[in-house]
Amino acid sequence: MIGLEHYLTVAAVLFVIGIFGLFLNRKNVIILLMSIELMLLAVNINLVAFSSFLGDLVGQVFTLFVLTVAAAEAAIGLAILVCFFRNRGSIAVEDVNVMKG
Amino acid sequence: METLILFSPLVGALLCGFGWKFVGEAAAQWVATGLLFFACVLSWIVFLTHDGVTETINILRWIESGTLSTEWAIRLDRMTAIMLIVVTTVSALVHLYSFGYMEADPQWKEGESYKPRFFAYLSFFTFTMLMLVTSDNLIQMFFGWEGVGVASYLLIGFYYRKPSANAAAIKAFVVNRVGDFGFLLGIFALYFLVDSVRFEDIFAAAPVLAETQLTFLWTEWNAANLIAFLLFIGAMGKSAQLFLHTWLPDAMEGPTPVSALIHAATMVTAGVFLICRMSPIMEYAPEATMFITFIGASTAFFAATVGLVQNDIKRVIAYSTCSQLGYMFVAAGVGVYSVAMFHLLTHAFFKAMLFLGAGSVIHAMHHEQDMRNYGGLRKKIPYTFGAMMIGTLAITGVGIPLTGWIGFAGFASKDAVIESAYAAGPMGYAFWMLVIAALFTSFYSWRLMFLTFYGKQRGDKHTHAHAHESPKVMLIPLGVLALGSVFAGAIWYNSFFGHTDTVAKFFGVPYAEASEHADDSHSDDAHSDDSHSDDAAHDDDMGGDHHYVFAGEPGEGAIYVSPDNTVLNDAHEVPKWVKVSPFLAMLIGLGTAYLFYIVNPSLPKRLAESQRPLYLFLLNKWYFDEIYDFLFVKPASMVGRLLWKRGDGNVIDGTLNGITMGFIPMLTRLAGKAQSGYIFTYAFFMVIGIAALITWMTLSGGAN
Repeated sequence: MIGLEHYLTVAAVLFVIGIFGLFLNRKNVIILLMSIELMLLAVNINLVAFSSFLGDLVGQVFTLFVLTVAAAEAAIGLAILVCFFRNRGSIAVEDVNVMKG
Repeated sequence: METLILFSPLVGALLCGFGWKFVGEAAAQWVATGLLFFACVLSWIVFLTHDGVTETINILRWIESGTLSTEWAIRLDRMTAIMLIVVTTVSALVHLYSFGYMEADPQWKEGESYKPRFFAYLSFFTFTMLMLVTSDNLIQMFFGWEGVGVASYLLIGFYYRKPSANAAAIKAFVVNRVGDFGFLLGIFALYFLVDSVRFEDIFAAAPVLAETQLTFLWTEWNAANLIAFLLFIGAMGKSAQLFLHTWLPDAMEGPTPVSALIHAATMVTAGVFLICRMSPIMEYAPEATMFITFIGASTAFFAATVGLVQNDIKRVIAYSTCSQLGYMFVAAGVGVYSVAMFHLLTHAFFKAMLFLGAGSVIHAMHHEQDMRNYGGLRKKIPYTFGAMMIGTLAITGVGIPLTGWIGFAGFASKDAVIESAYAAGPMGYAFWMLVIAALFTSFYSWRLMFLTFYGKQRGDKHTHAHAHESPKVMLIPLGVLALGSVFAGAIWYNSFFGHTDTVAKFFGVPYAEASEHADDSHSDDAHSDDSHSDDAAHDDDMGGDHHYVFAGEPGEGAIYVSPDNTVLNDAHEVPKWVKVSPFLAMLIGLGTAYLFYIVNPSLPKRLAESQRPLYLFLLNKWYFDEIYDFLFVKPASMVGRLLWKRGDGNVIDGTLNGITMGFIPMLTRLAGKAQSGYIFTYAFFMVIGIAALITWMTLSGGAN
């Protein structure tokens, strides 16, 4: 029987993969965006799992909202990327350090 | 009326100082001078109508704090009345004189306004001096005391373009602060012990103070002695007594009318006034009064020796002032306060006149002050010569010996001081010092006269050719003061230094017959005036002189003399040779000066060369300035330099510079390094932060 723990485990694994994607990736900003999506999805899995486990629909409503926001965020992120690429001619993570103090 | 006297100089100062732009220079000066003459006339009315009874006139409540209750009040008794006439008379005449003396001063350029400022300062000084002498308590007196200090500072430094004048002003102020420290401690001690600063309470408590012990500077002191001693330190500063005298000769940097008013006639006598005012304390402080006598006599001698060789005409008179103040302190120290006040009064007249006369000479000689460049001025400025001659006769004490009072002002009062000194300690230190000082006084005074008015013209030919008599506004004050110098001694001789009953009546002190006093306690047998006149007549028939003693309680009347103090009586009984000795000293001084500067003018030079070390010692004022420079000024300046270079420069500025230019930039560099600009770094820190927060929350039990 697949219980709550399994879902949580999958979500945790996904979340950690997302974090490591953020840290270790030095090549491509798009991968950063994908990692953020992964983390959001991990959280969604958590929400749905608890919602089903506790019999409370609010969690699933939240998931829908998170999905919407994630879609918007991905759109904006990609738009920024396009602008950035036009200006700098590169989207390599190592080149994105304009804020260096 | 007394309030009017007190405040009219203040009004004059304010109108003159702030109002001259609206009414014009001349009008402002006349307002100040007019108000001073008004005050002067009122003062004479007060003095002549005063009956010796102490009055208190309240002006306003001043300080109320805890048990300290200070009124701003006028204490009108004989002492105040004497000081009122001295201050206002000299001040009014000096105001008038300044019209001539300050006209076209070379220190100022064409069109610059300085005269209203000068008159405002003079009037302000007069106000503070009156505040001092009329005060009813020590706080008010201290206010006046500091006020005259400020006025003196402003007037010494009046020629503010001259660095030497500024230095002299600062010196006067600083040296006076040393004395004021003692005065303040004295006030504190009195308030500590008596719990009041009013004279009445303090005087009444004097006998108790004499039996109180006090620990000060890890030593047990008798309270009366300690207080008298501390007050005298204040008086030493103000009155330029030995060890705190160095400012007075330098104060001659100020304009000459200032020297006459402040540094001869009035302010410097404030110390003598203080001692006489505090006579109830002094009477219970035998050691302190011995010290006063010692310092006074030493100063009289010291200043007279220095005066012998000075060449600046004003400095000679300045040292003469210092010396005469020593006489006054001796008189106060041996317990004849009336004689101290007597000498103060006569000295104010003749010394103010000598200064104003010197000012007239300086004016005539185009601000030349070196006596070596004078000579033969007798014919050129005859009136000034006449006035100076009267002043010199007065200060050297010319009169008919053994009559006591027939003579110039200084004769009566100075002989009174010397006789009192002998009576207090026959053949003592004070007596001999004073007689020798009298000899020197005569010598340097006549030296001044001979160098200035006799002989051949030594200075610049051009200056001598243009020497001219001063205008009338300068001669009139000289004339008035000359009257005082001639007659003040003879007129008031009996009031100040007559028989005890006359003096006691004058000062409003009860007195009693000596014989009765021996039997009873002194306070009960004070006679009423009626019964007294009979007794007096009776005694005169018998030729008895000393049948009376002062019998007042402390605080009754203007001065307090304890019944055991018979110096005043004894002073009339001194041997004949003592009475003649100051006169002989005067003659010897005159003869020597005549020999040195008229008969054989090369003699002083040869003597100076043969006795070179002594001459230099005197010329350099006993090297007091050099010693003080080495002992106090140099170390103080070294400490200052240390604190400035090391303390301020290295420690304070260094710390600030180190923090702002070393430490803070280092922090910013570290903070800058943290900003890598890579997103993953920020993300990493955020995650680490959240992980840390969650861990902490979990471990600490969350919201609980």
